[in-house]
Amino acid sequence: MNTEIKDSIEVTKPPIASIGIIGWLRKNLFSSWSNTILTLLGIYILYSIIPSFISWAFIDASFVGSTKQECSKEGACWIFIKENLKLIFYGLYPSEELWRINSMYFVLLVCGIYILIPNLKYKGWVGSFLLILFPILSVVMFSGGFGLETVETRLWGGLFLTLVIAGVGIVLSLPIGVMLALGRRSKLPVVSLLSTIFIEIWRGVPLITVLFMASNMFPLFMPEGVNFDKLIRALIGVMFFSAAYLAEVVRGGLQAMPKGQYEAAQAMGLSYWRMMALVILPQSLKMVIPAIIGSFIAIFKDTTLVLVIGLFDFLGIIQFVGTNPDWLGFSHEGYVFAAVIFWIFCFGMSRYSQNLEKKLDTGR
Amino acid sequence: MQDRNLSLSNILFNRSIQGIFYQIVTLGLVILAIIYIVDNTARNMVARGLASGFHFLGVEAQFDIQMTLIEYSPTSTYFDSFIVGLLNTLLVAGLGIFVATIVGFAVGIARLSSNWLIAKLAEAYIEILRNIPLLLQIFFWYFAVLRALPKPKQSLEFADSFFLNNRGLFIPDPVFGEGGTLILYSFIAAILISIGIAVWSKQRQNTTGQTFPVFYSSIGLLISFVFLSMLATGFPVTFDYPELKGFNFKGGIKLIPELVALTFALSMYTASFIAEVVRAGIQAVSLGQTEAARSLGLNPNQILRLVIIPQALRVIVPPLTNQYLNLTKNSSLAAAIAYPDLVLVFAGTALMQTGQAIEIIGMVMGVYLFLSLMTSIIMNLFNRFMRVAER
Repeated sequence: MNTEIKDSIEVTKPPIASIGIIGWLRKNLFSSWSNTILTLLGIYILYSIIPSFISWAFIDASFVGSTKQECSKEGACWIFIKENLKLIFYGLYPSEELWRINSMYFVLLVCGIYILIPNLKYKGWVGSFLLILFPILSVVMFSGGFGLETVETRLWGGLFLTLVIAGVGIVLSLPIGVMLALGRRSKLPVVSLLSTIFIEIWRGVPLITVLFMASNMFPLFMPEGVNFDKLIRALIGVMFFSAAYLAEVVRGGLQAMPKGQYEAAQAMGLSYWRMMALVILPQSLKMVIPAIIGSFIAIFKDTTLVLVIGLFDFLGIIQFVGTNPDWLGFSHEGYVFAAVIFWIFCFGMSRYSQNLEKKLDTGR
Repeated sequence: MQDRNLSLSNILFNRSIQGIFYQIVTLGLVILAIIYIVDNTARNMVARGLASGFHFLGVEAQFDIQMTLIEYSPTSTYFDSFIVGLLNTLLVAGLGIFVATIVGFAVGIARLSSNWLIAKLAEAYIEILRNIPLLLQIFFWYFAVLRALPKPKQSLEFADSFFLNNRGLFIPDPVFGEGGTLILYSFIAAILISIGIAVWSKQRQNTTGQTFPVFYSSIGLLISFVFLSMLATGFPVTFDYPELKGFNFKGGIKLIPELVALTFALSMYTASFIAEVVRAGIQAVSLGQTEAARSLGLNPNQILRLVIIPQALRVIVPPLTNQYLNLTKNSSLAAAIAYPDLVLVFAGTALMQTGQAIEIIGMVMGVYLFLSLMTSIIMNLFNRFMRVAER
C-alpha cells in the first residue's frame, strides 16, 4: 500500500530542458531566434580573437634565450621584454643604486598591504606616514643627498618614473584640490571668482597643452638664471591639472552635505576652518572617495603624456626600446606588455574603489 | 555703547571686516604673482631677442603640412597654418564623435542585453579599453597595426573600391556631373516635405488621436525623390575610384594613416565611456515607467520611442557631451603620432620656428577653452530646457 501511495504522489520533475545547465543555456543564450543569432555572433567573435591570441602569446611564443635570433617567427618574442626589463622598469637609473628604488617599493608595498588588511590598528598613522613622510624620504632616496650619490632626473625612467609622476600628482593635488573647492564655495566673491577661473582654465585645456606650457613657457616666467629641472616642470603641470579636476570632485561632496551640518557646526561656535576640518570635510571627502579614486586612475593613465615633452616614462621607454636596431619589429610585444601592466594597475584601483564604496555605504 | 563698537578688538573680530581683509590679501598676492611673472617674462624675452605681439601671424610660415583641408603651401602665413591645424583637429574630433557615438550606444545597449554572452562581451570591451591609457592605444593602432599593413601593391581591398595599406585608407570620391544640383534640391525638398508631414501628423494626433507613420513615409520620400531625380537627369553621379599607379594609389579620397589610427583609437576609447553613460541612462528609467506604458496599451516600439528614450536621454546627454568634449581635448594626442592637428602644427612646428611661446600656447589653449566653455553654456541651456516640470 505504501508503495502505491508513493507512486501516486510521485513528484513530477520539471522538464529537463528548463533546469540545470541546459535550462540556463536556453534561458540566457537561446531564448529566441534573434538571441540565438547574437549568441552565435558572440561565439564567432570569441573564436576569432582568443585562440589566435593564446597561440601568439603563449603556445608559439619564445621565452628562453637572449637574442632576437632565438625568437620564433609565429609567436610573441617575450625575450625582447626580458632582455630590456631593467630599462623598462627603471630607465637609465644606475644599476648599483637600484636598491634605493627597490627598498622604497618594499616600504610602499608593506604599508599598502597593511592598509588593505581589514581591522588593523594604527591605520591612520600608516596612512599619514605614506602621505607625508614617505614622499620626503623618497625625494632623498631617489635623487640623492645625505651621503647618497646624486642621480640626475634625466636618468629616471620606465615604470619607476610613471609611478613617481602619478604619485606626486596624486599626493600634492589632493590638498590643492580641496583648497580650490573650498575657495570656489567661499562666500567671499573675490576668492570664489579667482578659484573658479583657475579651475575652469585648467579643466578646459588638454593636458598636452599644459605640458607644452610647462616645458616652453615656464622658463620664461622665472627670473634669469633660475632653471627648473624638466621633470619638476612636468610635475607642476600635472599637479595643477589634476588639482583642478579633484577640486570639482570635492566640490560635489561639499554640495551634497546637508545644510544642517554647516548650521550645527556654526551653532557650536566653531570657526570656519575648524568647521571645515572637523565636521564638513571628513564627511564629504568620505562621500566622494570613489570619485577621487576615479580621478587618480585618470591621472595615472595621463602620465603617459609626458613622453611628448621628452621624458621617458613607462610607455616612452617601451617606445624607445622598440627603436633599438637590435630589437626592431617587436612593437606588438612591447604594447601588449605595457597594456597588461597599465590594465592591472587601473583595474585594481577601480575594483578597490568599488569595494570601498560598498564598505563606506553605511546608510544614514 | 559707541565706545564699545569702535574698540579695536571689535573691528578685528568682525566677520565682514575680516572677509574684506582676506579678500584684499588674496587679490594682492595674486596681482603680485602676476606682476612678478610678467616682469620676468618681459626681461627674458628681451634677453632672447623676442618681440611680443601677434605680428608673426602674418609672416610666411615656410613649412609644409602633410594634410590640409584648405589651400596651404609653405608660402602661406602662420595664421593659415593655425587655421589648417584647427580644421584638422575639428575633422578628427567630428569623425571620432560620430564613430564613438554609434559604437558606444551599441556596446551600452549590449551591456544590458538579456543574452548572457553578449552582455559579458560588452562588459569585457568596456573594462579592457577604459583601463588602458589612450596614448598606448593610439600607438598600438598606428605603429603596430597601420604601419605594419602591406605595401600599396598588396593592399587589403573591399569591393574593388576601398583600399587599405600602409599609406592610408583610399575610398572612392563621388563626382557630381551635370544636373547634380537637381539631386541636391530634391533631397532638400524631401526633407522639407517630411518636416511638413511631421507637423501635420502631430496636429492631427492632437485633435483626432489618429497616428501617421511619419518615420517610414519620410524615408520613402527621401529615397524616391533622390532616385527619381537621378533617373530624370540620367545618373550624373560618378565615382572617382582609387587606382594603383606605380607605387601608390591615384584618385579617390586618401585618408592618411595617422588620421585613421587616431580616429579609430579615439572612438574606441571614448566608446567605452559612452557605453557606461548609456547604460546608466537606461537603468535610470525605472521599471514602473515601462509597466505603466504597457498598461496604457503602447506597443514595445512605442514604449521605447515615447517613454524610455526621452527620459533616458535627459540623463544621458549631459555626461555624453562631456565625453565629446573629452574626445576633442584628447585629439591633441595627435602630436604623438604626427597627425597635423592644432597642437602639432601650431604649438609644435610654428612654436619651434618663431619662439613666440606665450602667444602661440595662449591661442591654442584659447581654442580649447572656447570649445569647453561653449559646451558648458549649451549644456546649461539644455538642462534648463529639459528640466522635468515639477509641481
